[in-house]
Amino acid sequence: MSTKLVPTPAQTVGPFYGYALPYDKDNELLAPGSPGAIRLQGTVYDGSGQAIPDAILEIWQPDSEGRIVQKTGSLVRDGYTFTGWGRGAVGNSGVYTFTTVNPGPTKPGAAAFIAVAIFARGLTNRLFTRIYLPEDTGALANDPLLSSLDPERRKTLIARRDADGGLTFDIRLQGEGETVFLDFQ
Amino acid sequence: MPEDINAELETDELVPSAEPHAAHLPLDKAIETQADLSAEINALGDAYVRALKDGAPAETQPRLDYPPYRSSILRHPTKSLHHTDPETIELYSPAFGHQDVHALESDLTIQHNGEPQGERIIVAGRVLDGNGRPVAGQLVEIWQANASGRYIHKRDQHPAPIDPNFTGIGRCITGPDGSYRFTTIKPGAYPWKNHLNAWRPAHIHFSLFGTEFTQRIITQMYFPGDQLFPLDPIYQTIVDQDARDRLVANYDHNLTEPEWALGYNWDIVLTGPKRTWTENEAFGTAGDSSEEAGE
Ligand SMILES: [Fe+2]
Repeated sequence: MSTKLVPTPAQTVGPFYGYALPYDKDNELLAPGSPGAIRLQGTVYDGSGQAIPDAILEIWQPDSEGRIVQKTGSLVRDGYTFTGWGRGAVGNSGVYTFTTVNPGPTKPGAAAFIAVAIFARGLTNRLFTRIYLPEDTGALANDPLLSSLDPERRKTLIARRDADGGLTFDIRLQGEGETVFLDFQ
Repeated sequence: MPEDINAELETDELVPSAEPHAAHLPLDKAIETQADLSAEINALGDAYVRALKDGAPAETQPRLDYPPYRSSILRHPTKSLHHTDPETIELYSPAFGHQDVHALESDLTIQHNGEPQGERIIVAGRVLDGNGRPVAGQLVEIWQANASGRYIHKRDQHPAPIDPNFTGIGRCITGPDGSYRFTTIKPGAYPWKNHLNAWRPAHIHFSLFGTEFTQRIITQMYFPGDQLFPLDPIYQTIVDQDARDRLVANYDHNLTEPEWALGYNWDIVLTGPKRTWTENEAFGTAGDSSEEAGE
Protein backbone atom coordinates (compact mmCIF):
# COMPACT_ATOMS: atom_id res chain seq x y z
CA MET A 1 0.00 0.00 0.00
CA SER A 2 2.85 2.37 0.56
CA THR A 3 3.75 4.65 -2.31
CA LYS A 4 7.25 6.11 -2.31
CA LEU A 5 7.10 9.86 -2.71
CA VAL A 6 10.03 12.07 -3.62
CA PRO A 7 10.85 14.38 -0.71
CA THR A 8 10.43 18.13 -0.99
CA PRO A 9 13.79 19.89 -1.27
CA ALA A 10 15.16 22.03 1.54
CA GLN A 11 16.20 25.67 1.26
CA THR A 12 18.44 27.77 3.45
CA VAL A 13 16.93 29.19 6.64
CA GLY A 14 18.19 32.55 5.30
CA PRO A 15 19.15 35.61 7.33
CA PHE A 16 15.75 36.61 8.68
CA TYR A 17 14.70 33.69 10.89
CA GLY A 18 15.71 35.70 13.95
CA TYR A 19 12.31 37.23 14.59
CA ALA A 20 10.44 34.01 13.79
CA LEU A 21 12.10 30.87 15.09
CA PRO A 22 13.44 31.94 18.50
CA TYR A 23 10.96 32.11 21.38
CA ASP A 24 11.00 32.58 25.13
CA LYS A 25 13.04 29.88 26.95
CA ASP A 26 13.69 28.11 23.64
CA ASN A 27 17.14 26.98 24.79
CA GLU A 28 16.10 26.07 28.35
CA LEU A 29 15.11 22.41 28.33
CA LEU A 30 14.83 22.91 32.03
CA ALA A 31 15.16 25.98 34.19
CA PRO A 32 18.75 27.05 34.87
CA GLY A 33 19.71 26.05 38.39
CA SER A 34 17.37 23.04 38.48
CA PRO A 35 18.85 19.85 39.96
CA GLY A 36 20.90 18.14 37.27
CA ALA A 37 20.90 21.15 34.95
CA ILE A 38 24.05 21.66 32.91
CA ARG A 39 25.11 24.22 30.36
CA LEU A 40 25.79 22.98 26.83
CA GLN A 41 27.62 25.55 24.76
CA GLY A 42 29.77 25.93 21.71
CA THR A 43 30.74 28.07 18.78
CA VAL A 44 29.86 27.56 15.12
CA TYR A 45 32.76 28.28 12.75
CA ASP A 46 32.94 28.68 8.99
CA GLY A 47 35.69 27.49 6.68
CA SER A 48 37.91 30.48 7.42
CA GLY A 49 37.75 29.85 11.15
CA GLN A 50 35.38 32.77 11.75
CA ALA A 51 32.59 32.31 14.26
CA ILE A 52 29.33 32.79 12.41
CA PRO A 53 26.63 35.00 13.92
CA ASP A 54 23.62 33.63 12.05
CA ALA A 55 23.25 29.94 12.79
CA ILE A 56 20.47 28.32 14.78
CA LEU A 57 20.66 24.89 16.40
CA GLU A 58 18.11 22.41 17.60
CA ILE A 59 18.85 19.65 20.06
CA TRP A 60 16.78 16.56 20.76
CA GLN A 61 17.76 14.14 23.50
CA PRO A 62 16.59 11.57 26.01
CA ASP A 63 16.31 12.46 29.67
CA SER A 64 19.00 11.66 32.22
CA GLU A 65 17.63 8.10 32.52
CA GLY A 66 17.84 7.54 28.77
CA ARG A 67 14.09 7.75 28.27
CA ILE A 68 12.77 9.28 25.07
CA VAL A 69 10.20 11.86 26.10
CA GLN A 70 7.01 12.32 24.09
CA LYS A 71 5.49 15.28 25.91
CA THR A 72 4.21 18.52 24.42
CA GLY A 73 5.21 21.90 25.79
CA SER A 74 8.54 22.69 24.13
CA LEU A 75 7.25 26.02 22.77
CA VAL A 76 5.38 27.08 25.89
CA ARG A 77 7.43 25.68 28.72
CA ASP A 78 5.68 25.11 32.02
CA GLY A 79 8.90 25.12 34.02
CA TYR A 80 8.52 21.48 35.11
CA THR A 81 8.20 19.28 32.06
CA PHE A 82 11.37 18.10 30.38
CA THR A 83 10.44 17.70 26.71
CA GLY A 84 13.90 16.78 25.41
CA TRP A 85 13.85 19.36 22.65
CA GLY A 86 15.25 22.87 22.43
CA ARG A 87 16.26 25.55 19.96
CA GLY A 88 19.09 28.03 20.34
CA ALA A 89 20.30 30.73 17.97
CA VAL A 90 23.94 31.70 18.23
CA GLY A 91 24.67 35.21 19.44
CA ASN A 92 26.74 37.81 17.61
CA SER A 93 29.93 36.06 18.71
CA GLY A 94 28.75 32.76 17.23
CA VAL A 95 28.18 31.07 20.60
CA TYR A 96 25.12 28.99 21.34
CA THR A 97 24.01 27.82 24.79
CA PHE A 98 21.44 25.39 26.10
CA THR A 99 20.40 24.49 29.61
CA THR A 100 19.75 20.78 29.65
CA VAL A 101 20.65 17.52 31.41
CA ASN A 102 23.24 14.92 30.58
CA PRO A 103 21.36 12.44 28.39
CA GLY A 104 21.31 8.85 29.60
CA PRO A 105 22.09 5.92 27.33
CA THR A 106 18.91 4.76 25.59
CA LYS A 107 20.00 1.12 25.82
CA PRO A 108 22.24 -0.56 28.41
CA GLY A 109 25.86 -0.06 27.37
CA ALA A 110 25.02 2.40 24.59
CA ALA A 111 26.91 5.67 24.24
CA ALA A 112 24.82 8.64 25.32
CA PHE A 113 24.42 11.44 22.83
CA ILE A 114 22.37 14.49 21.95
CA ALA A 115 21.01 14.72 18.38
CA VAL A 116 21.60 18.07 16.69
CA ALA A 117 20.26 19.87 13.63
CA ILE A 118 22.13 22.95 12.41
CA PHE A 119 20.68 25.70 10.24
CA ALA A 120 22.44 28.82 9.01
CA ARG A 121 22.35 31.53 6.42
CA GLY A 122 24.51 30.20 3.61
CA LEU A 123 23.79 26.60 4.55
CA THR A 124 21.42 25.28 1.88
CA ASN A 125 20.14 22.34 3.94
CA ARG A 126 20.21 21.48 7.62
CA LEU A 127 23.10 19.42 8.88
CA PHE A 128 22.70 16.64 11.40
CA THR A 129 25.32 15.64 13.91
CA ARG A 130 25.62 14.12 17.39
CA ILE A 131 27.10 15.39 20.64
CA TYR A 132 28.48 12.43 22.57
CA LEU A 133 29.22 12.63 26.28
CA PRO A 134 32.95 12.08 26.87
CA GLU A 135 32.92 9.89 29.99
CA ASP A 136 31.93 6.35 29.06
CA THR A 137 34.94 5.47 26.93
CA GLY A 138 33.91 1.82 26.70
CA ALA A 139 30.55 2.73 25.24
CA LEU A 140 32.17 5.26 22.91
CA ALA A 141 34.58 2.60 21.64
CA ASN A 142 31.67 0.28 20.84
CA ASP A 143 29.45 2.90 19.27
CA PRO A 144 28.58 1.93 15.67
CA LEU A 145 28.96 5.45 14.30
CA LEU A 146 32.11 6.42 16.20
CA SER A 147 33.86 3.16 15.46
CA SER A 148 33.25 3.70 11.74
CA LEU A 149 35.28 6.95 11.83
CA ASP A 150 39.01 7.50 11.92
CA PRO A 151 40.26 9.00 15.20
CA GLU A 152 40.70 12.54 13.88
CA ARG A 153 37.13 12.73 12.66
CA ARG A 154 35.70 10.78 15.59
CA LYS A 155 36.81 13.35 18.11
CA THR A 156 34.76 16.06 16.40
CA LEU A 157 31.64 14.36 17.80
CA ILE A 158 32.70 14.10 21.44
CA ALA A 159 31.96 17.02 23.74
CA ARG A 160 34.46 18.41 26.23
CA ARG A 161 33.47 18.35 29.91
CA ASP A 162 33.92 21.75 31.47
CA ALA A 163 35.08 22.38 35.04
CA ASP A 164 31.58 23.53 36.01
CA GLY A 165 30.07 20.23 34.80
CA GLY A 166 28.84 21.68 31.53
CA LEU A 167 29.62 20.53 28.01
CA THR A 168 31.39 22.38 25.22
CA PHE A 169 30.85 21.30 21.65
CA ASP A 170 32.13 23.47 18.81
CA ILE A 171 30.88 22.98 15.27
CA ARG A 172 33.13 23.52 12.28
CA LEU A 173 31.14 23.64 9.07
CA GLN A 174 34.19 23.38 6.81
CA GLY A 175 37.92 22.79 6.70
CA GLU A 176 40.37 21.93 9.46
CA GLY A 177 38.62 19.82 12.10
CA GLU A 178 35.39 19.78 10.09
CA THR A 179 32.61 18.27 12.19
CA VAL A 180 31.24 14.93 11.03
CA PHE A 181 27.77 15.55 9.61
CA LEU A 182 25.37 12.70 9.12
CA ASP A 183 23.29 11.31 6.29
CA PHE A 184 20.49 9.03 7.46
CA GLN A 185 18.99 8.21 4.06
CA MET B 1 21.76 53.57 -8.37
CA PRO B 2 21.46 54.72 -4.76
CA GLU B 3 24.87 55.73 -3.48
CA ASP B 4 24.57 53.63 -0.34
CA ILE B 5 24.71 50.39 -2.34
CA ASN B 6 28.44 50.05 -2.09
CA ALA B 7 28.31 50.66 1.63
CA GLU B 8 25.71 47.95 2.00
CA LEU B 9 27.80 45.59 -0.03
CA GLU B 10 30.35 45.69 2.78
CA THR B 11 27.90 43.81 4.96
CA ASP B 12 27.90 40.16 5.70
CA GLU B 13 26.34 38.88 2.50
CA LEU B 14 29.80 39.14 0.98
CA VAL B 15 32.28 36.38 1.62
CA PRO B 16 35.77 37.11 2.90
CA SER B 17 38.41 37.41 0.20
CA ALA B 18 40.32 34.44 1.59
CA GLU B 19 37.58 32.00 0.66
CA PRO B 20 38.65 28.93 -1.31
CA HIS B 21 36.74 29.62 -4.53
CA ALA B 22 38.22 33.09 -4.91
CA ALA B 23 40.09 32.08 -8.05
CA HIS B 24 36.96 32.10 -10.17
CA LEU B 25 35.44 35.20 -8.64
CA PRO B 26 36.00 38.67 -10.08
CA LEU B 27 38.52 40.70 -8.12
CA ASP B 28 36.01 43.39 -7.31
CA LYS B 29 32.97 41.55 -6.03
CA ALA B 30 31.01 44.77 -5.81
CA ILE B 31 30.72 44.77 -9.59
CA GLU B 32 29.41 41.25 -9.88
CA THR B 33 26.30 41.56 -11.98
CA GLN B 34 23.29 39.38 -12.59
CA ALA B 35 24.85 38.45 -15.93
CA ASP B 36 27.95 37.13 -14.13
CA LEU B 37 25.84 35.15 -11.70
CA SER B 38 23.48 33.86 -14.36
CA ALA B 39 26.47 32.59 -16.35
CA GLU B 40 27.61 30.59 -13.31
CA ILE B 41 24.09 29.34 -12.58
CA ASN B 42 23.56 28.28 -16.19
CA ALA B 43 26.94 26.55 -16.42
CA LEU B 44 26.15 24.45 -13.35
CA GLY B 45 22.65 23.73 -14.65
CA ASP B 46 23.93 22.70 -18.08
CA ALA B 47 26.56 20.44 -16.56
CA TYR B 48 23.87 18.78 -14.46
CA VAL B 49 21.63 18.17 -17.46
CA ARG B 50 24.57 16.61 -19.34
CA ALA B 51 25.34 14.39 -16.35
CA LEU B 52 21.70 13.28 -16.22
CA LYS B 53 21.86 12.34 -19.90
CA ASP B 54 24.99 10.33 -19.14
CA GLY B 55 23.09 8.37 -16.53
CA ALA B 56 23.79 10.27 -13.29
CA PRO B 57 20.99 9.98 -10.72
CA ALA B 58 18.56 12.86 -10.39
CA GLU B 59 19.28 15.18 -7.47
CA THR B 60 16.36 15.86 -5.17
CA GLN B 61 17.89 18.23 -2.61
CA PRO B 62 19.88 21.47 -2.86
CA ARG B 63 23.63 21.27 -3.23
CA LEU B 64 25.47 22.24 -0.08
CA ASP B 65 28.31 23.45 -2.30
CA TYR B 66 26.76 25.95 -4.70
CA PRO B 67 29.17 28.85 -5.30
CA PRO B 68 26.66 31.21 -6.98
CA TYR B 69 25.05 31.48 -3.55
CA ARG B 70 28.09 33.29 -2.19
CA SER B 71 27.29 32.81 1.49
CA SER B 72 27.47 29.03 1.00
CA ILE B 73 31.12 29.09 -0.07
CA LEU B 74 32.59 29.01 3.43
CA ARG B 75 29.63 27.28 5.04
CA HIS B 76 29.35 23.94 3.27
CA PRO B 77 31.09 20.82 4.52
CA THR B 78 33.82 19.71 2.15
CA LYS B 79 33.75 16.10 3.33
CA SER B 80 30.80 14.02 2.20
CA LEU B 81 28.07 13.47 4.74
CA HIS B 82 28.75 10.34 6.77
CA HIS B 83 26.10 7.72 6.24
CA THR B 84 24.81 6.17 9.43
CA ASP B 85 21.67 4.42 10.54
CA PRO B 86 19.56 6.59 12.82
CA GLU B 87 19.44 5.31 16.38
CA THR B 88 16.94 5.53 19.23
CA ILE B 89 16.36 9.25 19.81
CA GLU B 90 16.80 10.04 16.11
CA LEU B 91 13.91 7.72 15.30
CA TYR B 92 11.53 9.87 17.33
CA SER B 93 10.48 13.47 17.04
CA PRO B 94 9.64 16.00 19.72
CA ALA B 95 5.91 16.19 20.43
CA PHE B 96 4.06 19.46 19.86
CA GLY B 97 0.42 20.16 20.54
CA HIS B 98 -2.16 22.79 21.26
CA GLN B 99 -0.36 23.67 24.46
CA ASP B 100 2.39 24.96 22.18
CA VAL B 101 0.42 26.66 19.44
CA HIS B 102 -2.79 28.65 19.65
CA ALA B 103 -5.30 28.10 16.85
CA LEU B 104 -5.22 31.80 15.92
CA GLU B 105 -1.49 31.66 15.15
CA SER B 106 -2.32 30.25 11.71
CA ASP B 107 -3.90 33.55 10.67
CA LEU B 108 -1.18 36.13 10.00
CA THR B 109 -3.73 38.80 9.11
CA ILE B 110 -5.26 39.17 12.58
CA GLN B 111 -2.20 39.73 14.72
CA HIS B 112 -2.66 43.50 14.97
CA ASN B 113 -5.47 46.02 15.22
CA GLY B 114 -5.93 46.55 11.50
CA GLU B 115 -5.83 44.62 8.26
CA PRO B 116 -2.39 44.27 6.68
CA GLN B 117 -1.75 45.72 3.23
CA GLY B 118 -1.56 43.41 0.26
CA GLU B 119 -3.20 40.48 -1.41
CA ARG B 120 -4.85 38.19 1.15
CA ILE B 121 -4.10 34.53 0.45
CA ILE B 122 -4.77 31.10 1.92
CA VAL B 123 -1.89 28.63 1.81
CA ALA B 124 -2.94 25.08 2.59
CA GLY B 125 -1.80 21.55 1.96
CA ARG B 126 -0.69 18.37 3.64
CA VAL B 127 2.53 17.16 5.24
CA LEU B 128 3.28 13.59 4.20
CA ASP B 129 6.15 11.24 4.83
CA GLY B 130 8.03 9.45 2.08
CA ASN B 131 5.54 6.59 2.22
CA GLY B 132 2.64 8.96 1.60
CA ARG B 133 1.46 8.72 5.20
CA PRO B 134 0.08 11.91 6.75
CA VAL B 135 2.23 13.55 9.40
CA ALA B 136 -0.39 14.27 12.06
CA GLY B 137 -0.15 16.54 15.07
CA GLN B 138 3.16 18.09 14.11
CA LEU B 139 4.45 21.64 14.20
CA VAL B 140 4.55 23.84 11.09
CA GLU B 141 6.15 27.29 11.38
CA ILE B 142 6.24 29.95 8.67
CA TRP B 143 7.78 33.38 8.31
CA GLN B 144 7.76 35.84 5.45
CA ALA B 145 8.20 39.38 4.20
CA ASN B 146 5.22 41.69 3.97
CA ALA B 147 3.50 42.66 0.73
CA SER B 148 6.23 45.16 -0.12
CA GLY B 149 9.06 42.71 0.47
CA ARG B 150 10.14 43.85 3.92
CA TYR B 151 10.77 41.67 6.95
CA ILE B 152 10.22 42.77 10.54
CA HIS B 153 13.85 42.06 11.26
CA LYS B 154 16.48 44.52 12.38
CA ARG B 155 18.88 43.29 9.72
CA ASP B 156 16.45 43.87 6.87
CA GLN B 157 17.53 47.24 5.46
CA HIS B 158 15.39 47.14 2.31
CA PRO B 159 13.87 50.64 2.05
CA ALA B 160 10.34 49.33 1.58
CA PRO B 161 7.58 50.15 4.05
CA ILE B 162 7.05 48.19 7.21
CA ASP B 163 3.40 47.30 7.68
CA PRO B 164 2.32 47.98 11.26
CA ASN B 165 -0.41 45.38 10.83
CA PHE B 166 1.81 42.57 9.64
CA THR B 167 4.51 40.66 11.49
CA GLY B 168 4.81 37.71 9.15
CA ILE B 169 5.06 34.80 11.59
CA GLY B 170 2.63 31.89 11.74
CA ARG B 171 2.39 28.48 13.37
CA CYS B 172 0.01 25.58 13.30
CA ILE B 173 -0.28 21.93 14.27
CA THR B 174 -1.14 19.55 11.43
CA GLY B 175 -4.50 17.79 11.51
CA PRO B 176 -5.05 14.01 11.61
CA ASP B 177 -4.74 13.95 7.80
CA GLY B 178 -1.48 15.93 7.88
CA SER B 179 -3.25 19.10 6.77
CA TYR B 180 -2.12 22.62 7.51
CA ARG B 181 -3.69 25.94 6.57
CA PHE B 182 -2.51 29.54 6.89
CA THR B 183 -4.22 32.81 6.07
CA THR B 184 -1.68 35.46 5.19
CA ILE B 185 -0.64 38.14 2.70
CA LYS B 186 1.22 37.42 -0.51
CA PRO B 187 4.82 38.39 0.23
CA GLY B 188 6.74 40.72 -2.06
CA ALA B 189 10.04 40.01 -3.78
CA TYR B 190 12.99 41.64 -2.06
CA PRO B 191 16.57 42.63 -2.90
CA TRP B 192 19.60 41.08 -1.21
CA LYS B 193 23.35 41.44 -1.36
CA ASN B 194 24.54 38.34 -3.18
CA HIS B 195 25.43 40.43 -6.23
CA LEU B 196 24.35 43.70 -7.80
CA ASN B 197 20.60 43.74 -8.47
CA ALA B 198 19.96 40.40 -6.76
CA TRP B 199 16.27 39.84 -5.95
CA ARG B 200 14.65 36.92 -4.18
CA PRO B 201 11.48 35.58 -5.77
CA ALA B 202 8.50 35.95 -3.43
CA HIS B 203 8.53 33.11 -0.92
CA ILE B 204 7.31 31.89 2.44
CA HIS B 205 9.79 30.14 4.75
CA PHE B 206 8.47 26.83 6.09
CA SER B 207 9.83 24.82 9.02
CA LEU B 208 8.57 21.25 9.44
CA PHE B 209 8.93 18.29 11.73
CA GLY B 210 8.15 14.69 10.93
CA THR B 211 7.63 11.71 13.16
CA GLU B 212 11.41 11.25 13.33
CA PHE B 213 14.18 13.75 13.93
CA THR B 214 15.81 12.64 10.67
CA GLN B 215 12.87 14.19 8.79
CA ARG B 216 13.44 17.72 10.09
CA ILE B 217 13.43 20.24 7.26
CA ILE B 218 13.36 23.98 6.66
CA THR B 219 12.49 25.14 3.17
CA GLN B 220 10.78 27.89 1.17
CA MET B 221 7.52 27.89 -0.77
CA TYR B 222 7.31 29.92 -3.96
CA PHE B 223 4.48 31.21 -6.16
CA PRO B 224 3.80 29.96 -9.68
CA GLY B 225 5.18 31.79 -12.69
CA ASP B 226 7.76 33.93 -10.93
CA GLN B 227 10.13 35.49 -13.47
CA LEU B 228 12.93 35.60 -10.89
CA PHE B 229 13.29 31.81 -10.63
CA PRO B 230 16.11 31.43 -13.19
CA LEU B 231 17.99 34.37 -11.69
CA ASP B 232 17.91 33.36 -8.03
CA PRO B 233 21.01 31.57 -6.71
CA ILE B 234 19.09 30.25 -3.69
CA TYR B 235 16.24 28.67 -5.66
CA GLN B 236 18.86 27.36 -8.10
CA THR B 237 20.83 25.61 -5.33
CA ILE B 238 18.47 22.82 -6.40
CA VAL B 239 19.84 21.99 -9.84
CA ASP B 240 17.08 19.58 -10.87
CA GLN B 241 14.06 21.22 -12.49
CA ASP B 242 11.56 18.64 -11.21
CA ALA B 243 12.92 19.06 -7.69
CA ARG B 244 12.74 22.86 -7.93
CA ASP B 245 9.16 22.62 -9.14
CA ARG B 246 8.27 20.85 -5.88
CA LEU B 247 8.76 24.14 -4.05
CA VAL B 248 6.20 25.99 -6.16
CA ALA B 249 2.64 26.11 -4.85
CA ASN B 250 -0.32 25.61 -7.17
CA TYR B 251 -2.96 28.25 -7.52
CA ASP B 252 -6.13 26.43 -6.44
CA HIS B 253 -9.46 28.07 -7.20
CA ASN B 254 -11.21 25.56 -4.93
CA LEU B 255 -9.22 26.99 -2.03
CA THR B 256 -10.00 30.55 -3.07
CA GLU B 257 -12.75 32.08 -0.96
CA PRO B 258 -15.27 34.40 -2.62
CA GLU B 259 -14.85 38.08 -1.75
CA TRP B 260 -12.01 37.14 0.59
CA ALA B 261 -8.73 35.47 -0.43
CA LEU B 262 -6.89 33.62 -3.20
CA GLY B 263 -5.94 30.02 -2.49
CA TYR B 264 -2.60 28.28 -3.00
CA ASN B 265 -2.07 24.59 -2.41
CA TRP B 266 1.29 23.14 -1.47
CA ASP B 267 1.94 19.63 -0.19
CA ILE B 268 5.20 18.83 1.56
CA VAL B 269 6.84 15.41 1.51
CA LEU B 270 9.38 14.54 4.20
CA THR B 271 12.06 11.88 3.93
CA GLY B 272 11.74 8.44 5.41
CA PRO B 273 10.46 7.21 7.74
CA LYS B 274 13.10 4.84 9.09
CA ARG B 275 11.34 3.51 12.17
CA THR B 276 9.05 0.50 12.17
CA TRP B 277 5.73 2.00 13.13
CA THR B 278 3.33 0.69 15.71
CA GLU B 279 -0.42 0.79 15.10
CA ASN B 280 -0.96 3.72 17.45
CA GLU B 281 1.64 5.87 15.80
CA ALA B 282 0.28 5.02 12.38
CA PHE B 283 -3.02 6.57 13.42
CA GLY B 284 -1.37 9.78 14.46
CA THR B 285 -1.65 10.02 18.21
CA ALA B 286 1.54 12.01 18.46
CA GLY B 287 1.34 15.62 19.48
CA ASP B 288 -1.61 15.93 21.82
CA SER B 289 -2.71 14.31 24.98
CA SER B 290 -6.22 12.93 24.75
CA GLU B 291 -7.90 15.68 26.75
CA GLU B 292 -6.41 18.34 24.50
CA ALA B 293 -7.41 16.52 21.35
CA GLY B 294 -11.06 17.31 21.98
CA GLU B 295 -10.62 21.06 21.62
FE1 LIG C 1 13.22 35.18 2.89
